[in-house]
Amino acid sequence: MMNDWLMLTLIGADRPGIVARVTDTLYRAGWTLGEASMMRLGGNFAIMMMVRGGEADDLEALLEPVADALGLRLHVDAIAGGLHRHMIPNYQVRVSGADRAGIVAQVTGALAEAGFNILDLESDVAGDEANPVYVMTIQGDSDQPLEVLRKALETAGGGDVEVSISPIDTLIG
Amino acid sequence: MAVLDILTAPDPRLKAVSAPVERFDDALRAFIDDLEATRRAGPAAVGIAAPQVGRLQRIVIVDVSGMRRPVPNHGHLVLVNPEITHWEGFELGREGCLSVPDYTGNVIRAERIRLTAQDPFGEPLAFEMEGFEARAVQHEVDHLDGLLFLDRLVSRRTDLFRRKNYR
Repeated sequence: MMNDWLMLTLIGADRPGIVARVTDTLYRAGWTLGEASMMRLGGNFAIMMMVRGGEADDLEALLEPVADALGLRLHVDAIAGGLHRHMIPNYQVRVSGADRAGIVAQVTGALAEAGFNILDLESDVAGDEANPVYVMTIQGDSDQPLEVLRKALETAGGGDVEVSISPIDTLIG
Repeated sequence: MAVLDILTAPDPRLKAVSAPVERFDDALRAFIDDLEATRRAGPAAVGIAAPQVGRLQRIVIVDVSGMRRPVPNHGHLVLVNPEITHWEGFELGREGCLSVPDYTGNVIRAERIRLTAQDPFGEPLAFEMEGFEARAVQHEVDHLDGLLFLDRLVSRRTDLFRRKNYR
C-alpha cells in the first residue's frame, strides 16, 4: 500500500549534514515525511522518522547509498498508525540523583504499575566520569489522581534518587 | 448569540496586527457575546481572541476560573484594548490553541504581569495576575499582535518545571 507509513531509523557517528542529505534524498524521490524525532546520543546521531511513499524495500534501496556514505546504520519497519494521534500529557515526572543501576527500571516500573502511560522520556548523564548524575524527565498520561501517583513513586527512588511528579495543565486559548 | 468559525493556521489573518476598539456600542457587545459562545463551543478553551474568528480588533476573553485544579484568577474577563505594562519572572508551560488543532508545545511566558484594558462599555480596568491566568492573557494578547504560540515554541527537551519545587 502506497499510503502506509514506514518508520525509518538511522544511527551513526554525528557529523554535520546528516539530516540534510537524508531528507533531500527522500524529497527528490517523492517521499513524504511525517512525525520525527532526532537527537544526539553519546556522540551518535539518531533519527526516527515516519516516511511514506512506497514499500520498505524501495526505501532501503533508496537510502542505502546515502547511509553508506554517511556511515549510518539503516532500519525500516512497516508500522500501524498515522498522523493526528497525539495524546496530551497530564503529568511530568522528574528524576535526578547519583547514577546507579536500576533507576529507570524502578521509576518506570512504579509508573507502569499505577497505570501511567509514558508519552515521552528523555534521560541524560550529567556530572563527570567520577561523579555521574542521572537526570530523567518523563511526560505521560494517567487517569490517577496526583496523590495516588505520588504515593506510587514514594519508594521508587530507593532513598538516594530524587523523584517528583507534578501535573501539567495545558493551556488552550 | 452565534458560534463563529475559528480560523486555523496558516490563515494569514492570524498573522495580522489587530486595531484598537474605538466604538463601545451594542454591536461590540453583541460580538463579544458571540466570541464567548465560540470559546465555549470549542474544546475547553480558557481564552479566545477576536482575530481567531477573523475580526481584527483588540478584544480577548480569558476565564481560568473553571480549572479542574483551581488556580489564582479574576473570574471571567472581557479585555478590550488590553495592554501588558509589566512582566516579571519566566516559566515554561504547555500550550495549545483553537487555531492550531492537534498540537501542543512548550512556551516560555512571564510568571506575573500587570495589565490595563477596557471593559465592553469602555471603562478602564487594571489587573495584576500570575501563573496560568497570566499565561492565558499573554497567549491571547499575542493573537492581537499576529503571533501564535508556534512562534514562541521551545524544544520539548527543555525541562518544563526545572525552576519549581512542587513538593
